[in-house]
Order: sequence, then C-alpha cells, then structure tokens
Amino acid sequence: MESSEKKNLGTAILEFIRNNIVPIMFIVICFFCIPLSGFSPSYLINEIVTRMGRNIFLILCLLIPIMAGMGLNFAMTLGAMAGEIALIFVSDLQIWGIPGVILAMIFSIPFSILLGLLCGSILNRAKGREMITSYIISFFLNGLYQLVVLFMMGSIIPIRHFSIKLPRGYGIRNTVSLLNMRQCLDNLLAVYIRGVKIPVLTFLIIGLLCLFIIWFRKTKLGQDMRAVGQDMQVARDAGINVEHTRLISIVISTVMAGFGMIIYLQNMGNLSTYSSHSQIGMFCIAALLVGGASVDKASIGNVFLGVILFHTMFIVAPSAGAAITGDSMIGEYFRVFCSYGVITIALVMYESKKRRSRSRSAQELARAAARETESAGKAAVK
Amino acid sequence: MRNESKDQNLNSPSKPQDVRKTVPAPQQAAELEKAQMGPVRALAASFGLPRLIITAFLLLMFIAAPIVGNDFWTQISNVINRFSWNAILVLAMVPMIHSGCGLNFGLPLGIISGLLGATLSIEFGFTGAASFFMAILIATPISVVLGCGYGWLLNRIKGGEMMIATYVGFSSVSFMCMMWLLLPYHSPTMVWGFAGKGLRTTISLEGFYSEALARLLRIQIGNLSIPTGTLLFFALMAFLMWAFLHTKTGTAMTAVGSNPTFARAAGVNVDRMRLLSVVLSTWLGALGILVYEQGFGFIQLYNAPFYMALPAVSAILIGGASVNKASIVNVLIGTFLFQGMVTMTPTVMNSIIHTDMSEVIRIIVSQGMILYALTRKSEGGSH
Amino acid sequence: MSNAPLLEMRNISKDFFGNKVLVDINLSLREGEVLGLCGENGAGKSTLMKILFGMDVIRETGGYGGDVLLCGERAEFATPFDALAAGIGMVHQEFSLIPGFTATENILLNREPKKHSVLSEVFGDRLNALDRREMDQRSAAAIDKMGVHIDADMTINSMPVGHKQFTEIARELSKEQLRLLILDEPTAVLTEKEAEALLESIRGMSRRGIAIIFITHRLHEILAVCDKVVVMRDGRVVQDCPAKETSVPEITRQMVGRDVDLAGGEAREVRDLSSAKNILSVRGLWVDMPGELVRHVDLDVREGEILGIGGLAGQGKLGIPNGIMGLYEAGGKVVFDGAEIPLNNPRRCLDSSLAFVSEDRRGVGLLLDESLEWNVAFPAMQIQNKFLIRLLGGLIQWRDAKAIHAVTEKYIDELAIKCTGTRQSARELSGGNQQKICLAKAFALEPKFLFVSEPTRGIDVGAKALVLDALRRFNRESGVTVVMISSELEELRSVCDRIAIISGGRVSGILPAAAASEEFGMLMVSKVV
Repeated sequence: MESSEKKNLGTAILEFIRNNIVPIMFIVICFFCIPLSGFSPSYLINEIVTRMGRNIFLILCLLIPIMAGMGLNFAMTLGAMAGEIALIFVSDLQIWGIPGVILAMIFSIPFSILLGLLCGSILNRAKGREMITSYIISFFLNGLYQLVVLFMMGSIIPIRHFSIKLPRGYGIRNTVSLLNMRQCLDNLLAVYIRGVKIPVLTFLIIGLLCLFIIWFRKTKLGQDMRAVGQDMQVARDAGINVEHTRLISIVISTVMAGFGMIIYLQNMGNLSTYSSHSQIGMFCIAALLVGGASVDKASIGNVFLGVILFHTMFIVAPSAGAAITGDSMIGEYFRVFCSYGVITIALVMYESKKRRSRSRSAQELARAAARETESAGKAAVK
Repeated sequence: MRNESKDQNLNSPSKPQDVRKTVPAPQQAAELEKAQMGPVRALAASFGLPRLIITAFLLLMFIAAPIVGNDFWTQISNVINRFSWNAILVLAMVPMIHSGCGLNFGLPLGIISGLLGATLSIEFGFTGAASFFMAILIATPISVVLGCGYGWLLNRIKGGEMMIATYVGFSSVSFMCMMWLLLPYHSPTMVWGFAGKGLRTTISLEGFYSEALARLLRIQIGNLSIPTGTLLFFALMAFLMWAFLHTKTGTAMTAVGSNPTFARAAGVNVDRMRLLSVVLSTWLGALGILVYEQGFGFIQLYNAPFYMALPAVSAILIGGASVNKASIVNVLIGTFLFQGMVTMTPTVMNSIIHTDMSEVIRIIVSQGMILYALTRKSEGGSH
Repeated sequence: MSNAPLLEMRNISKDFFGNKVLVDINLSLREGEVLGLCGENGAGKSTLMKILFGMDVIRETGGYGGDVLLCGERAEFATPFDALAAGIGMVHQEFSLIPGFTATENILLNREPKKHSVLSEVFGDRLNALDRREMDQRSAAAIDKMGVHIDADMTINSMPVGHKQFTEIARELSKEQLRLLILDEPTAVLTEKEAEALLESIRGMSRRGIAIIFITHRLHEILAVCDKVVVMRDGRVVQDCPAKETSVPEITRQMVGRDVDLAGGEAREVRDLSSAKNILSVRGLWVDMPGELVRHVDLDVREGEILGIGGLAGQGKLGIPNGIMGLYEAGGKVVFDGAEIPLNNPRRCLDSSLAFVSEDRRGVGLLLDESLEWNVAFPAMQIQNKFLIRLLGGLIQWRDAKAIHAVTEKYIDELAIKCTGTRQSARELSGGNQQKICLAKAFALEPKFLFVSEPTRGIDVGAKALVLDALRRFNRESGVTVVMISSELEELRSVCDRIAIISGGRVSGILPAAAASEEFGMLMVSKVV
C-alpha cells in the first residue's frame, strides 16, 4: 500500500518533470551560468527588469492565436513591421517623446490590420500547417517590406526628412535614430529601488494588456476562439464562423505585435530598419516556450516566467561562455542554440503528445479480452 | 561571387541564389505532363499563375539583357554555372517529397555533414582533387548517422514534419557554430591566424578542391563557358536518383508518400522507407554543399547554412513540384529558372534602373512560391 | 390546427443519382410521442433523418420528393440551423463536443448568455462577456430536464463516454424551442445502468411534451419506451404499429425478412465442407478499431470455403480482418495453416499468403494518384518480388514495366474493368471499377486465403454482380479460401457457404447460408452493445 503510494508520487514527479522539462532545464542552465558570469545581482536584476519591460508586450501577442488553435504565430513579425513603418512616418514628422509613441501606435493600426487580414486569410487556406505557413509568410512579407521601405519610400511614398533617407534620395537608412523618444515611456514615472530602475509606466501598460487578455478570454469571442482552437468541425456545426474567428485572432495578434514593437524600439532608442524585426519572432516564441508554454496552451504566467528565464540566460551566456572557454563568441552562439533548441523541443513534444494517448484504449481492450479468455479457460477446466 | 558578398553584407536570409526562369511555358508544360502522367486539367492547375508570372518575368530578363548592354553569352555562362553549383542541393529535396515527409526544410543538417567532411578532409592534409573525394568519403558516414537521427525524429512526429525540420536545421546550425570554435582543428589554412584555433568564417579552397569538377572537360567558346564536369556529376546523381525510383525500394518509397496506409497494408515498412528517404536527402545535401563549394571556391561556416534550405525548396517548387510530388524534371527546370532569375536580375535591373532590387525580388518570388505550394493542397493536415 | 400531428412526413422519396434509397415514406408523430425507428444498416433511416434535419448532403444530391409537415405546415429546411430553429434537435452517433470545455460550456456552445458591455456597442456583440452564472443556471435546468445527473463543471475529455452522450442530450434540451428530439443510437456507448437512466429520461421528456424519434438496434429498449414502432427495410416502411402490438422476434423478422424464396431463388450450390480442415483459427481476438471494436472473437475457417461475416454496423465485423491483417492494433491468437501469425505486422500476414481487400477503398485500398499498373502490381512486387528484373546479380531489383503492364492488362480483361488504359490514375475510375482494381491487386498476390471487406459497398447493381461473381470464381477455380465481410445479409447468403454473425464485438453464432432470415436477425441483435 505504502509502496504504491510512493510509486504514485514518483510517477507524479516524473510526469511533472516531463511536462515542465523546458523551464526546468533553463533554471538549471541559469543556476550554473549566473555565478560563472560574475555579474553583480543589481546589474542582473536591472537588466532583467529592462528586458521585461521591453519584451513582455511583444510576447503577450502570441497568446491569442494559440488560444484559437493556430499554434505559435511566427507571423507576429508582420506586426513588428507595421510598428516600424509607423515609427518611420513618425520620425519623418519629427514628432518625438510620448506624443510620438502614441502617434506611432495609432499609425501602426491600419498597417497591422491590413497585414493581419492578409496573413489570416492565407492561414485559413493552410489549416493544419499554420506554423510553417506563418513562418514562410514572415519571410515573404519581409521581402515586401524591403520593397516598400528600401525603394518606394522617398520615391513614391513621400518622405521629407533627409536624416532618415538614404543619400541616394530614396529608401530609408539602415538605422533610424529614435534618440528623441528613447525610453520616454520607461522614464516617465520610473522608480528607482536600490539602483534598479523600474519602468512603472511600461509595466502599467503591460498590466493593462494582461487585464485585456484576461477579460478577452471571458468574452463570447474569446470563448469562440477556444472552441475553434479545440475542434474546428464541432465549432462550425454549432454555428460559429470558424474562418472569421481565426482571422480576428490573427488581426488582434498583429495589432498587438505592432504596439509591442513600438514599445520595444522606444526602449532600444534606434531602429535597424532592415533587421530589427527579423529575429524578433523567434526570440519571443523561444521566451514563451521557455516559460513552459506549449503549442496549444499558453498563459500569462508562462510569458513572465519565460521572459525572466530566457533573458537571464541571454544576459549571462556570453560571459559565462567566456569564463569557461575563454571565447565570448561561444556564449553568443550558445544562446542562439538555446533559442532554436527550445523551439525544436517544444514542437517535438507537441507533435508526439498528439500520438501518445492513442494506445490507451487498446490496452483496456487487451485486458478485457484476456480476462474473458482466462475465465473461459477456468470454466472449461471445471 | 558578386552576389555572395552582397548577400552577406545585407545580412539577408538567403544565400547566393539565382532564379532564372525561361522557357517552360507551353512546351515544358507538355513534357511535364507526360512525366507526371497526370490529366491535362490537373497539370493546368498545377502549373499555376505564379509560375507563369515568373516565367514571363524571366523571359523578359533574357530579352532585355542584350538590349541594355549585357553580354548575352556571359549571362548564359553565369546561369549555367549557378545551375551546376546548386542542382544537387535541389535534387536533395526529391527523396523526402517522394516518401511523404514534405519539403526538406532540414537541409542544413545535410549541409553540416558536408561541411564537416570538407573541413576534416583539409585538416587531414588532403589537397587538390583528392581533398574533394575525401570530403565526400568523410561526409557520407556523418550524413548517414545524422540522417538516421533526423529520420527517427521525423517518424515520431508524422504530420508536423516541415516545421520541425526547419528547427532541426536551425538548431543543428547553431550547435555547429559552437563546434566550429571548439573542435580541435589545427590546419593553418582554416583556423584564425592570430588565435591559432577556431575555424574562420570563410575558408578559401584555392589549392584544395576549388573547381575540382568544373575544370574537368570545361568548354570555353568565346564568352561562353560551361563547367562540364560539374554538370556531368549532377547528371550522374540525377540518373542514380531516377534509377533508384525505378527499383523495388524506390517504388515502395513513392507509394509510402502517395498513400502510407496503402503501403502499410501492402507490407511495406513505412517508417523504414521514410527513414531511408531522409538519409538520402541528408546525404545529397552533404554532397550538394561540397559541389557548391567547389564551384564557389570557398567554404562558408557558422551562420551560412542557416537559410540554405529555402532557395532549394523554392527552386523545386518553381520547377513544378508540389508538397508531395516531385520529379527529376522538376529539379532541372526549377534549378534553371531559379538560378537564372537570381543571376540575371541584378545585372539587368542594374542596367535598367540603376538600382539593385534583385535581392528583394528574389525573396518575394521564392517565399511566395513556397507559400503558394503550402496553401494549394490541403492534404497534409493534422487530421 | 391543434389536431395536426407535430410531425408528419408524406410520401418522402429520395434517390442518390438514380439509386433509390427512400420510397414513399409516411410517418406521423404527435406531441410527447416516442417513436422507435429500426432497420438494418442501409435501410434508409439515416437518410430519412438527414432530410428531416435539412442536411447539406440532401440538397447537394438533388433534394427529395414528398413533404415534411410541422404542426400541419409545410416545412423545408435549407440548413440544419433552420431545423434547429423550428424546434428539431438531433443527437448524432458521433459526439460533437469540444474536448477541453466543461459540460456547461458545451451545452450552451454558441448560445451563451452574455452580459452587455459598452465595448460591444462599438465592436459587435461578440465582445460581450459571458454570463457565467446564467450559463450555470441554464445548463442545470437542462440537466434537470433530462433527469440524469452529470457534473456540469467537468471537462468533456475527463468524462466517461456515457456522460458525453448525456451532455449532448442536455444540449438539445437546453434549447427552449425544442419540440422534437432525434436520438441516433444513443445507447450504443452506454453501460447498462446508463442506458436504463436514458430510457427513464426519455419517458420524462415525453411527459413534458417533447416528441422523440429513437433509433436503436437494441429492440427491447424500443419496446420498453416507445409508443410506436416503425421498421424500415430497403428504403420502405415495412411496419408501423403501436409498440404494444409487436415483439422482438416480429421486429427482427420485419428488419431482415425478405422472402426466403427470393433469396434462394438464385441457384445456390450447397457444399458440405464440414470435413475440410481448419485453415485459419482465431482465439480471443480483440481489435482496437474505432467504431468497430472487436472484443473477443473465436472463429474457425475451413479450407476452401467462403465464409461470410455479417452483423450490424459498429458491432465489430470490420474489425476482424483489419485486426488480423495488422492495420489496427490487435491481440489474441491467430493460427494459419498450422503456424501462428504474429499480429500487428501486415508483412508477416502477407508473407503467409493471406491477402486483404479493404472496405476503405480510397483510404487503404488504392494509390489514388498513381496508375492502375502500380495499384495492381505493387503488393505482389513488394511481397513476392514479382514483376522485377534482377540486375548485377540481384543487387538491383528493377521494376519490370512490361510485366506490370501485362498483368494489369490481364486483370482489366478478366474483370472487365472500364478504363482508358493501364496508365490511367486510379482516382479517375468509378467506384465499381476501383473495387475491381482492389480485387485485381489481391488476385495478383495469388493468395491462399483472402479477406474481402464490404466488396460491394457504394457500387451499382451491375458491378455488384460482377464483383461477387469474380470472387466466387476465384474461390472455385483457384481453391482459395475466402472470408467475406458484408453488411448486406442477402449478398452473403448468395455467395457464402456459412455465415458468422458478429454482435457486440463477439461471434453470436454461425449458420449455414440457407438458414432462415429470422435466425440471422436474432443473432444480429443478440449481443448488441
């Protein structure tokens, strides 16, 4: 009796570890790397808080497509592009500071909606392989983005301010300085605790977004998304417009990603016109997965845990790597490897989980048949 | 070469690629149809609008080239050269498409095997053409082992192959980034001069197997130069692939891709066929990168293999393949069109509008093609 | 007006492309009445219900003839949603539930009560928050109405299967306009106790004035709960009487009972093979084939005979060949020709000279996108190395295009397959010709033993005769033992020597083909679960 209880406890622990293998792995990595990196706690905390403010909004935008069963939205890059285009226009108008940020957010909305609709309707045509499709969409749109920003801006789309234009007269420079709006959100209402700067306003905005998501889950639309995400056919039979619901989820995600990108860039203080967005999707997805989310299930808690763990690793890996091997590049490569590795593991776990539960009913049948044969045998002996 | 360096500068997601689309409208369509034994209607549908647009665009390029003052034969030579470098990488897509594993976005794994073969061959002191064959020899067992692991993984996650393949590719490339620094290479031609360890990002193959195949039987008429050796090597590989698909095992592989349940009911070990196709793909990837390097003249390490799968994928799709059907003809046409486009656009565009939009056009065309293929057929869903 | 029955169906007829499936059906049902509808598979029950429910298939295949009247008024539903709005609810055999939702959420799916908010004025009412309290109340009311208790807060995927069924019923009951409820084999997945509870709940609903159409194979349930019984056979109503006036044997006879003369009219050769040795013996077989569970089958097949396996749909007859041939997970012991065959391994079965023609032509039977040549020759090539040329001393096994072409031609001739040539893709053939290709594929293997599953499903009458004839010839001329699985009893009786009836995943009896229809009928429903 006791041993079976122990056994149950043992399997429960194993089950827990198996379900949370990614966060546990990262906790272990951080545990080893932090002392090796030699960073002071206050520096580390400062960095992490900064990065939380910078990234959480972006990561939160991934939650809604997951809810609608569309997996990890690799096409959140589209929102990031919309945000960047909005920032380019705002820079052109030379509107800085908080008004600039707000204006950029407003500008980004139409672009985001447009791109979101495009992406959503393509994904509706590729049901069951949303992730690979959204991943390719992000590349495809990157091409279009370059076409617009590098060739059309300044030639077809009027850009007046010389400081953001390439010397040749059209196209946007590789970097657009956002120095005049750098950290304007973060600095307003910032609080310093023992040298750690807390960007209160940014966190308030993030808090508002979390509240929005929590509220959204309780709405009819949120309920429909959950239903569509779990079983499209049943949802359709119940009269839910599946395609429309999926479309909305992508549009919301894209708009939020646009806002998130603007928050991200105001913190960074400059815009790398052609590369800021290219890796952002991958890092956000990796961070979310590190927080214990999976392809079909993610919560706000996953986002926060993920940001902390992932960025701790990100901060300490180069110097920890340097401490071990004497080469800081190792750490740089290591953190990239971790990002990709985490996504790979999460995808594999998700796909293989789909197949795992199947054989259970077969086992039950086998047991029942065996019992029957046995009892028939006994009866025959009698 | 010109394109290469530009790609690196732009930090762009694809490696040297040339898309060139020429002929294929009516005639090749007919050939294709015969090759695929499909009905006329299915072909018309499979040829599709995007492919027509690409074809038209490339025809235009070809006509425009001499008009705007580019030497026609130099252009043709460039296209053929690029074709010879890339064709085997595109051919590597075929086995996995045949066995129903979808597009091999995990090609970087094969490329890594090739890179390991190349660097080890040089490290062991081989030079000249011998280093090329040693590289193949060393890369083979590595690609088989990696391919087995990769195939085993893909067998566990049937239905989600393409996404996971992509990330297996990425993970392995980023893992190797660390390894290139850590593995104990010593050959002075490869390691950083001042540190004495860690491989360089670009290693020149001068004195090793640069143009090892291309030099063979090279035909040079005026400005036209044809790397006969490389083309023959590709022809050999394509023939072997064609032959393989005509054997008992090749037939079984195609059946597995066409209808896995049918194949299973007919006693075929579906998992083993898929595994074999993945190993073949990976090995061809390794071979492909070696052939690419001998033409290009350099080994590129670290981040270079990251996005090498995408051009190969779009090339075969442009050639008329779909997510679950591909033939050698698709490889030929697709590689020629894609490489043609990549080679021609920069020069021609530059001459016309004095701006290089080729990079952008290449991204849009190649990714657009993949998107088109992914949304066209809805067979491979999760249900 | 109040005298008009709640539902009346007048002279309903329906054909699928010339194939008559319903002929002149008349039914009527009053408020609170419970109608038991029974009949073999393919008798037309589900088509009738699809018409009543306004399903898309009906309209897409050319509509139907006759009238459906609700309370005396002609009703024609363009979609199931119209039928729902008119107060008709249906509980399908397959669950239509969201797995991660609670019972309450499922009961009120897409009909959730909402709390009004300001935002919805701008963005539409989908941004109203759900009114959880109201939801709980409504689902509690529906569960209460049903009379069977289920946990409203439990998620579907952690529920026992019976409770899922009850959730579906509660969902229909939660619709206030519900006047007529169709239950399609609701007890199939229930335990005995749950089935009892369901019957009780049907009585309760009927007392509240809800009319019910109850479709089931468990005939005693019909007698226990229904006011009247309608039996269908071959698209016609053959019996329509109050439940009190009939009995289980009577209903069974009506369900399967064609004129015995008619069935025997075809000269059937009577063979006595009881002295032949057992070539295949099956002990304690279980097969996990969804929808066709095999629980415990013991069966012996004699050498040279044609054994029929019959039974109602979902009782497990299809699971037997699929399990033995390794297509679905199975267990137990199968001995063929003195040697035990390992299960879950299609290759070993095929190596032992067994062959299987699957009921799922398009899914399992054919390479739809490949040529007929490939379809016919593929298994024989893979398993027996036929149609191959050996090169380099057998190192390379090259596909012999000529031999493949020849063998395909041969079977196209022999089976009279209509096609444009051996290179045509299988997808383009008609159902009957596809079936013949499946047979050719099996014949090309030259097996000692052949499983044929539903060989005539979905093909027209002419092709049926040809297929059955080909099978019979194959058995007689090549001495191959054939096991044929079919849901059409008459078809089995015309071809087979003996017929085993499967019921509830078990063999409920084996009879000679000449036995009376009623005997088969009794066996079919004897162990139904």
